Amino acid sequence: MVWYVGRRLLQMVPVFLGATLLIYSMVFLLPGDPVAALFGDRAVSPGVAARIREQYNLDEPFVVQYLLYLKGVLTLDFGTSFSGRPVLEVMQQAFPVTARLALIALTVEAVLGIGAGLLAGLRRGGVFDSTVLVVSLVVIAVPIFVIGFVAQFVIGLELGLLSPTVGADQSWGDLLLPGLVLGSTSFAYVLRLTRNSVAENLTADHVRTATAKGLSRPRVVGVHVLRNSLIPVVTFLGTDLGTLMAGAIVTEGIFNVRGVGGTLYQAIIRTEGSTVVSFVTVLVMVYLLSNLVVDLLYAVLDPRIRYA
Amino acid sequence: MHEPSRPRPPLPGQEHFVADVAGTPLQTTDRLDESAPPTSLWVDAWHQLRRRPLFLVSALLILLIVAVSLFPQLFTSQEPRSCNLADSLAAGRAGHPFGFDLQGCDVYARVVHGARASVLVGIFTTLGVVLVGGTVGALAGFYGGWIDAVLSRVADVFFAIPLVLGSIVVMQSVSERTPLTVAVALVVFGWPQVARIMRGAVLSVRQAEFITASRALGASSRSTLLRHAVPNALGPVIVIATISLGIFIATEATLSFLGIGLPPTTVSWGGDISQAQRSLRTQPAVLLYPAGALSLTVLSFIMLGDAVRDALDPKGRAR
Repeated sequence: MVWYVGRRLLQMVPVFLGATLLIYSMVFLLPGDPVAALFGDRAVSPGVAARIREQYNLDEPFVVQYLLYLKGVLTLDFGTSFSGRPVLEVMQQAFPVTARLALIALTVEAVLGIGAGLLAGLRRGGVFDSTVLVVSLVVIAVPIFVIGFVAQFVIGLELGLLSPTVGADQSWGDLLLPGLVLGSTSFAYVLRLTRNSVAENLTADHVRTATAKGLSRPRVVGVHVLRNSLIPVVTFLGTDLGTLMAGAIVTEGIFNVRGVGGTLYQAIIRTEGSTVVSFVTVLVMVYLLSNLVVDLLYAVLDPRIRYA
Repeated sequence: MHEPSRPRPPLPGQEHFVADVAGTPLQTTDRLDESAPPTSLWVDAWHQLRRRPLFLVSALLILLIVAVSLFPQLFTSQEPRSCNLADSLAAGRAGHPFGFDLQGCDVYARVVHGARASVLVGIFTTLGVVLVGGTVGALAGFYGGWIDAVLSRVADVFFAIPLVLGSIVVMQSVSERTPLTVAVALVVFGWPQVARIMRGAVLSVRQAEFITASRALGASSRSTLLRHAVPNALGPVIVIATISLGIFIATEATLSFLGIGLPPTTVSWGGDISQAQRSLRTQPAVLLYPAGALSLTVLSFIMLGDAVRDALDPKGRAR
């Protein structure tokens, strides 16, 4: 187990280096001058521009810039944003909010998605199954910003059930509605995955054996059907965490959440390279680590999988 | 000498009776209707598809959407860009069924004319993704070894960066925002998914007898790959390409909504929805029409993909 985790961590290194190099080169090699963008429409005096370039290592060759950046990441020094704040401080402010948002979304989609998917899969072709399938298709097809506006308008303003915007303290209660919206698409995917997987496993030999040896229905469904059906679902949920944190760009904009999405979007528009690269680096790390957790969960769900 | 007694052959009706050749003409036991045209997986799938209501509905919707995007003038005589501020947020009236948006533009005309941008981005992106991802996946799955190791790691790198995020970064640096550049931005981060599916499909047919036969007949590995492995691995790729076409259209709308996709000069659903959010509280219909058109388009492609998946799966067909 320890060896397995160690090996997997080592395998992550090339993907991590590749992804950071990719985003780094996209941000810094593609056309567009960050120093000019910083000043907007005003002209930059050459002296000031040169000083800024030196301060942010923009005058070094590209490879040196990248290596300096990597060295910074390893020492948790992510540089400073153009507004003068350390990027680490910006991240410390943005990530907890988005992490809470993603956690709400993930919980909602896991609990509701697996629950509804299980019920639909157990009675395939029934009324509940058909309804749920149509609803999930519609949820997948309607873009998240439309879901966001409608939810904000109907649930937040007309019915007044949940807070339509997020206040300055970014409390859990305020984040509930954006969390629901953020998780809605994935909820539909989880539901469909669970439903198909459960329906397939219901006809498996080991389930028939379990029923034949006299186990109660809840035990057959809970232990023998559901546990085996969860592998594709857990895989999806694991890769979804990274997507949720980055995909919050739209949701955070609608509900006025000051998290990763909003900060990142602003940074991209202002070509604030150091902030963009740092945020994406952390997002890639979240993605890779959640994939590792998923692989370890496989062993819990399927006793045939053991990691030496 | 005493002849060893041989057991008498069983008579008809007895156990272990075997009739002679004359009694069992081959035509009766091994009948095959040779006049029937040979069917392949694709022909079977097509016959299966034609009867599915899911397929018929989605195919009709897609035909309609394509027709609208090719010839928008056939569906509306209004100009989407000739707007009269006096009509701002006015309700529908004769000739203007959906009413007017904040700028006084005819909403119906804008919905009709917005189809083209979405469909173009969807088609360009899907073609690009299938071309790039399919090539990488086929090479990785067929040749294996270090080629697979390198290509799969490269795909992992691009897969680790979320689609919307990566395309925003690309779009930020392009000077011209057209459906083609949006498509390129989406292809850059969209291809790994197709590559993974193509790789898996090629891997699973690589061990099949017809591949061995093709090699034994002396075909080069390139022609084995192109003529036998790839055509037999295309099924899952077609399914994912159809579904992704819808997803890419939704992603383009997201980018335009964020203001970094298509420019406001191009009529697009995403841009219109973004404009409509300002009048959401007074006139929600302005937002709902382009949003409805967008959702219906995405839904049609997802349903088509589902129908094709069911038709291509022989296991599902038997039931």
